[in-house]
Amino acid sequence: MNQDFSELRLDRVTRRFAGAGGQAFNALDELTITIKRGEFIALLGPSGCGKSTALNCIAGLLPLSGGTIRLDDLRIDTLPPESRGFGMVFQNYALFPHMSVERNIGFGLRMRGVSTAETATRVANALKLVQLTGQEHKLPGQLSGGQQQRVAIARAIVIEPPLVLMDEPLSNLDAKLRIETRAEIRRIHHELGRATIYVTHDQDEALSLADRIVVMKDGVVQQIDRPQQIYAQPANLHVARFMGYRNVIEMDVEATTGDRIALRDRDVRLTGTPMQALPGKLAMVAMRPEEIVVGDGPEGRNTLAVRVETVEYGGRDSLVGVVTATGARLFLRTAQSAAPGDALSIHVPAERALVYAPTPA
Amino acid sequence: MNTRTSPLARAPFDRTLLLAAPATLFMVALFIYPFLYGLWLSFEPAKGGWLANYHKFFTADNLWPTIWTTLRLALPATLINVGIALPIAFRMRVKSRYQRLITTVLVVPITLGTVLIADGMLTYFGPKGWLAHVLELLPFYEGPIRLTHNYWGVLISLVISGFPFAFLLILSYITGIDPVLARAASTLGASPTAQFRHIYLPLLAPGLAMCFCLAFVQAYSVFPSAVLLGAPAGPTRVISLAAYEAAFEQYDYSLASAIAMIMGFVQLIIVAIVLGLRGLFYRGPVVGGKG
Repeated sequence: MNQDFSELRLDRVTRRFAGAGGQAFNALDELTITIKRGEFIALLGPSGCGKSTALNCIAGLLPLSGGTIRLDDLRIDTLPPESRGFGMVFQNYALFPHMSVERNIGFGLRMRGVSTAETATRVANALKLVQLTGQEHKLPGQLSGGQQQRVAIARAIVIEPPLVLMDEPLSNLDAKLRIETRAEIRRIHHELGRATIYVTHDQDEALSLADRIVVMKDGVVQQIDRPQQIYAQPANLHVARFMGYRNVIEMDVEATTGDRIALRDRDVRLTGTPMQALPGKLAMVAMRPEEIVVGDGPEGRNTLAVRVETVEYGGRDSLVGVVTATGARLFLRTAQSAAPGDALSIHVPAERALVYAPTPA
Repeated sequence: MNTRTSPLARAPFDRTLLLAAPATLFMVALFIYPFLYGLWLSFEPAKGGWLANYHKFFTADNLWPTIWTTLRLALPATLINVGIALPIAFRMRVKSRYQRLITTVLVVPITLGTVLIADGMLTYFGPKGWLAHVLELLPFYEGPIRLTHNYWGVLISLVISGFPFAFLLILSYITGIDPVLARAASTLGASPTAQFRHIYLPLLAPGLAMCFCLAFVQAYSVFPSAVLLGAPAGPTRVISLAAYEAAFEQYDYSLASAIAMIMGFVQLIIVAIVLGLRGLFYRGPVVGGKG
């Protein structure tokens, strides 16, 4: 397999499964993306969104129902996994329980007929890279979860694959280890300089690791963009909801002026930023709890009078649940103390009230 | 290793252990006592010293060769059963439309008794059966083909009755191995053959050894088919037949007990060898990580 490559092209990659009642459904629907050498791509979405299906299709563990995958000019979607030569890290590690750490890591090299001496050197280097030197003779069962995961990563990268595929590699680790290993993965990616495709359902992981994020839902790509864009400018309501725009309220469109849109629900008025073409008079405005501020806005604009309903203490700040005059529930984060029953006035900057077309939730 | 136990480590008597009492009584009454009685009986020969029965067994020309006669049947039958069951069970490990049907067909012989199998074989494999006729038409072998009342008849019957057992056992071992291990191996460049050799086979080895032992013990105690399908006077005079003759034709229970003890001892030696070899392999959980 060509070790050095310039890009991996997925063209309308589709995978159909037979669903309940014999009806076929698309677990992955026409995924098209070009991944450059050195890029770190995160496939992000809730469970069942097709992200793991996509990864398995790229690895060759699932045959495609449609579309093509090309590594530069070589068509690879017709090749079996053992001929693709991509390194894969599985969610449950999938270490060979009967082989020592050393033999696990060296397995791919042995399958390639690499000499014993070279295998030993490369395994030692890989062990150093994942900081497991000294553990080479242990069996996987004798290692902690974090160590097992690092063996799995070493095993996948020691073959120097053009592409490393990772399927929720951190989901079995505890919070502290997860953050440490996350940094490790990013460091290893940089040292190898090849491409990584990383599947996760955790926005923080995707935001911190990826150069580009592919947000998916029900097998369909919702948005492909840089983390900053995904975070600040979600393409649609699904992405917004998934990226933490917890407050979504339905309002009527009053007027559109340039890059602002005026919304109204009875006595409540808001000015927001349109993110999408609106098909009708109805719109959904999405706001992050962190971007709603207690107090009046400049010249009283975008200010709402609310009543505090719930307060969840969270250390540095609290998550406060409030109700507007029209009965809409909103959440906001504030360091100010508040108690249920308090009357508050809150505001949100117009550029942070994102307006979307209504979609079926 | 520190072997002292702290007072806390000494658990109070667990009364649920009493639930095991009926089963223990049952085992003592129906297995342990008869075994010990037989052992004692084997050292109480009708005449001669306490080892007279054993001396007789290993000197009489119609007794000691039965060990080899039986081994000659049981070992090949066990190897064939395990050897055929392994690839078929491996093929059946993934759920498919035909899996249930094929498994059912393969398992049916276990529901038939050895006598029923022997009866069917006598007509089907017999000299007048059409299999023998067809085989005689083929140019592989000159002269009449005999598949019953000889060594081959007993061997075939042992394979038919023993195969489902080996198959079911191996199937359960194989389906216990996490298929994600083979997928991981494939992404590392292992062809299907290499996946079998490096992943499945080493993980299955302890199970195969266990299966071999159980199938062997079953085959070594062959009796009805050796009489019905074999040549009980000569080539298939198996050890259980010798014990039967001693007990019910010569009414020498003491000698029969001694033969039964020797039979058990031979089985034990083979099992010990195989389980000893098992120790060379990895034995532990067959999943690759958490979950």
